[in-house]
Amino acid sequence: MTQPTRPTQPLLSIGDLTVSYRTSRGSVPALRGVNLDVHSGEIIALVGESGSGKSTLAHAVLGLLPRGGSLDSGSIRFEGTELSTLPDRALRAVRGTGIALVPQDPVVSLDPVKKVGDQVAEVLVIHGIQGRRGARSAAAELLARAGVDHPESRAGQYPHELSGGLRQRVLIAIALAAGPKLIIADEPTSALDVTVQQRILDHLQELAAASDTAILLVTHDLGVAADRAERIAVMSRGRIVEQGGSRSLLAAPAHAYTRELLAAAPSLTGPRPRPERESEAEPLVEATGLVKTFALRSSRRDAGAVRAVRAVDDVSLRIPKGTTLALVGESGSGKSTTARLLLGLERPRAGTVSFGGADVTAASGERLRALRRRMQLIYQNPYASLNPRHAVGTIVAEPLRAFGIGNRPEREARAREALDAVALGASMARRRPGELSGGQRQRVAIARALVLRPEFVVCDEPVSALDVSVQAQILELLMDVQEEFGLTYLFISHDLAVVRQIADRVVVMRAGRVQEAGPAGEVLGAPRSAYTKELLAAIPGRRGVGEEAA
Amino acid sequence: MPDTVIGSARSRGRNRPLWHAPGLVLSLFVLVIVVSWALVPNWWTTHDPVTGVPAERLLGPSSAHLFGTDETGRDVFARVVHGAALSLQATVIAVLVALVAGSLLGLVAGYRGGWADSAIMRVVDVLLAIPSILLSLALVTALGFGTTNVAIAVGVSRIADFARLMRAETLRVRSSVYVEAARVSGLRWPGVLTRHVLPNAFGPVLVLGVLTFGTAVLEVSALSFLGFGAMPPAPEWGSLVSSGRGFLATAWWLTTFPGLAIAAVVLAGNRVARAIDRETEHQ
Amino acid sequence: MGVAVVTAGKVPVSYVLRRLTQTVLVLWAAFTLSFVILYLLPGDAVLTKLGSAEGGITADPEELAAIRAEYGMDEPVLVQYLDRLFAALTGDFGTSVTTGETATHMVVSALPSTLAIAVPALVLAIVIGGGVALLGTYTRQRWLGQLLLSLPPLGISLPPFWVGLLLIQLFSFELRLLPAMGAEGISSVILPSVTLALPVGAIVAQVLAKSLATQQAQPYVDVVAAKGASRVRVHIGHVLRNAAVPALTLAGVVTGNLLAGSVVTETVFSRDGIGRVTADAVTAQDIPVVQAVIVLAAAVFVLINLIVDLVYPVLDPRIAHTPAAGPAKERIHA
Repeated sequence: MTQPTRPTQPLLSIGDLTVSYRTSRGSVPALRGVNLDVHSGEIIALVGESGSGKSTLAHAVLGLLPRGGSLDSGSIRFEGTELSTLPDRALRAVRGTGIALVPQDPVVSLDPVKKVGDQVAEVLVIHGIQGRRGARSAAAELLARAGVDHPESRAGQYPHELSGGLRQRVLIAIALAAGPKLIIADEPTSALDVTVQQRILDHLQELAAASDTAILLVTHDLGVAADRAERIAVMSRGRIVEQGGSRSLLAAPAHAYTRELLAAAPSLTGPRPRPERESEAEPLVEATGLVKTFALRSSRRDAGAVRAVRAVDDVSLRIPKGTTLALVGESGSGKSTTARLLLGLERPRAGTVSFGGADVTAASGERLRALRRRMQLIYQNPYASLNPRHAVGTIVAEPLRAFGIGNRPEREARAREALDAVALGASMARRRPGELSGGQRQRVAIARALVLRPEFVVCDEPVSALDVSVQAQILELLMDVQEEFGLTYLFISHDLAVVRQIADRVVVMRAGRVQEAGPAGEVLGAPRSAYTKELLAAIPGRRGVGEEAA
Repeated sequence: MPDTVIGSARSRGRNRPLWHAPGLVLSLFVLVIVVSWALVPNWWTTHDPVTGVPAERLLGPSSAHLFGTDETGRDVFARVVHGAALSLQATVIAVLVALVAGSLLGLVAGYRGGWADSAIMRVVDVLLAIPSILLSLALVTALGFGTTNVAIAVGVSRIADFARLMRAETLRVRSSVYVEAARVSGLRWPGVLTRHVLPNAFGPVLVLGVLTFGTAVLEVSALSFLGFGAMPPAPEWGSLVSSGRGFLATAWWLTTFPGLAIAAVVLAGNRVARAIDRETEHQ
Repeated sequence: MGVAVVTAGKVPVSYVLRRLTQTVLVLWAAFTLSFVILYLLPGDAVLTKLGSAEGGITADPEELAAIRAEYGMDEPVLVQYLDRLFAALTGDFGTSVTTGETATHMVVSALPSTLAIAVPALVLAIVIGGGVALLGTYTRQRWLGQLLLSLPPLGISLPPFWVGLLLIQLFSFELRLLPAMGAEGISSVILPSVTLALPVGAIVAQVLAKSLATQQAQPYVDVVAAKGASRVRVHIGHVLRNAAVPALTLAGVVTGNLLAGSVVTETVFSRDGIGRVTADAVTAQDIPVVQAVIVLAAAVFVLINLIVDLVYPVLDPRIAHTPAAGPAKERIHA
């Protein structure tokens, strides 16, 4: 390996580690002989797709394998002590003070019935660093250090009263509380919006650098790894296939899998896969002045008052025939609600939607159904959008049945055609969703959307639940079928890199309002609004590769 | 993105061969035997369940009388075998009453919503506020005694459970993404209901049905133990236990074996229900 | 921006009032339901019974009419209903057709005897059921966990009347340790309490074990363990604390089951008490007494649930006081 070796002994040394899970059908290997060193003070990224074993590795180091997981062979040495054979009591002394954890999903990672201050203080009490009383005031200090505003009063709050970003900061405070030498950060920000993600990773990195704490950063996002880590280890199928300095590894990947990952990752630089199209054509979909409010019951129990929240606030847009408009924004920006208004799934409080000249907002009953035949929706989560009891062929043919098109053999033939168009063989027709991978399911969903030969398709985050390599394939498929069937797309995404690949025009939304709209090249290349600039800057993978932590 | 290896390793493999679960095999075996008792009792015993042989009073278990004989010289095994028909019949009636009425109420409440939902669920709340045995007792008081009335009473006392579950399942499925996808595909509501909501909501309800089978056996036998079920010579299991009470000190077999039959059927039924529950969770 | 700190534990008056109203409404509905079942269902069971009580099963029409008038049954249904409702509000459910006492008095005077076995049974059920669930989910010995967690399904499947009789056989007739019946002294309480505790304890164990197992799989447990906390601290301090909240919704069901279980238990052990009064009343089709018991059971259930609802937010800060947020009233299945 080509990494610059440090002279000191590694802080953590994993040697030939093998872990398997016991299932009723025998044991399933999760790690097959993993070797990895972490040196003190360094940030090393462990990159891999779902199922690669990266989370298993992170948990094995802490001795927290889930039930049924067993450490079959190999060693985990931390500061010269072998952890894999350490008795429980001694291992507990290492957890928190030696190795700490920043978990994946901040929303479910704090005890819901305890105040966050007490949860931070608990670390200090367990390790006898502070007494109960001292721990409480120390906790507020730790929260402040982790970037929590109003730490004293926040310490008295419960997790559900804090936002996701704040909860992750609390978890960082917990991890840093007892001054560990190594922090294992298991996808610490993948559940958060990009701008929040960036701020939190910045902060974590700063704190770690200040206390010379090493970070093992587990992530699926090569961009995050490139931004943050000095070294990267790439995992696939329970093995580390390649590791080395970030810069050299990304510049000249030696292993085929790493090259695949790199090629699949959408980027904001480099040539666009397809030129932007002119929007001379007349609009197929046009929305003007859309407003949608939701009644929000106040959670404060003294106020029974109902507050109206403007989820969509005066949004206008037009989508020319045969082009793709991307709707971009973070969670809660109102992008999905806007799409549902366009499809007539929700009724706006004000504003109109016209589709090929017909008024969608005024249509209902059979007229709306007739319009629906010409517009379709592809959902974010392919695991939820297919009825688990139906065979793929039935699912794809359902729209035809619903509109009473053709007889049974004709419908089957058209379903086969649609499956063919999304590159799924005819043999798939008899399978059930449970037997398919995420990517295959999304292909089925696309086939179902295509089978009626619609003119307009809304793609609501169609690739964000998928692994990077699968993402690239689905995006390509979407572009191909757009060409083939002359479709008009509304493409909803939070991922600007993905948007750049597919969109002709971009609309950026925030808190229900349009921040900026224009041709994709302009909006992403030379943004005018401050918010778009912030969004772009927050995207991981834009810094110089392998930049050293300050 | 969650590491799915952990997830998939945690869930148990499907299509596991049956003999890997000996408890389940034994349970199915017990149920098959008891059902055959109910259908063809004469394959199992030649003794008369109603008229006894006075010379053979209160004999302990032996090869001639597997479960011994009672105070009038009747073979207890024959009475248990012939009693299966009565007990199972009552149980099936009870489960059907609860399942059909409860599911319909729950479906209407969950799918219609609005005032129908409020009205149905308030009634369900009240039904849940009264312990099921007491509710059955009240119904038996009004309807009169006898196996069928006991069965109906037990069934009615369980309607609330099915209504609640069916409503919750209907709401879950109705708000699922694939149901909206079907609506976007242009499917009308009867299609949504029959093709998507019912098939997906009914699975857990069926599991509850099997679970209720065990509960119903217990409640039916408890009511007949209290003397509200079948009239004396009829060999209903609960009343067999009850009639053996007078001979606790001298003839233990009179209460022990009929009670064992009840316990075995309930255990087996619950074991099978758990297996079905686990299987449907996979889907 | 200032931070509003919502302190848990304070329950607003408006919420208490709303829950009280609900409680009263459910009670009223329970009364109405029992009236519909007992007085309106066909099959003149009452009249036959009353007739036979007065001697002679084929009472002549005049006599029947006299009985109808005596029990107010000749009036329109609505009048009967309102009469009985207003009487019930003053605690009057009518007079027993067999004893001539008021139904309320019969139920109230039977209460102490039932409490004498129900309270020990409750303690047993919680201690043993809770212990089995805690240990079964805590242990890392697979065999021990499986053994302990197989006990609740077993306990739920055994017919309580049969278990009672087996206990009598063993402890009264074989070992001659404890009395088989009656209500004299502490020793007469032991067997009935154990019999009554078995199904209730099994339910407590089953629900708590399931709740504990669900909590154990939550990601926050890993975070606590990664702090260096001991397994006992994780299990008692965090897992049990979270699992107890959903398990608390069982309180109403458990109390109801104790009351219902007393019917069988008191019959088996020939003890006096509410269960015995109920069983006798059903046998004699003594409608006023049956109705009094039903309304009492519903009252106990809704009162316990009211208390649970009021205590809930103290234990779970996430519960906001909206009408739908009350704990689920579930009946647990074997």
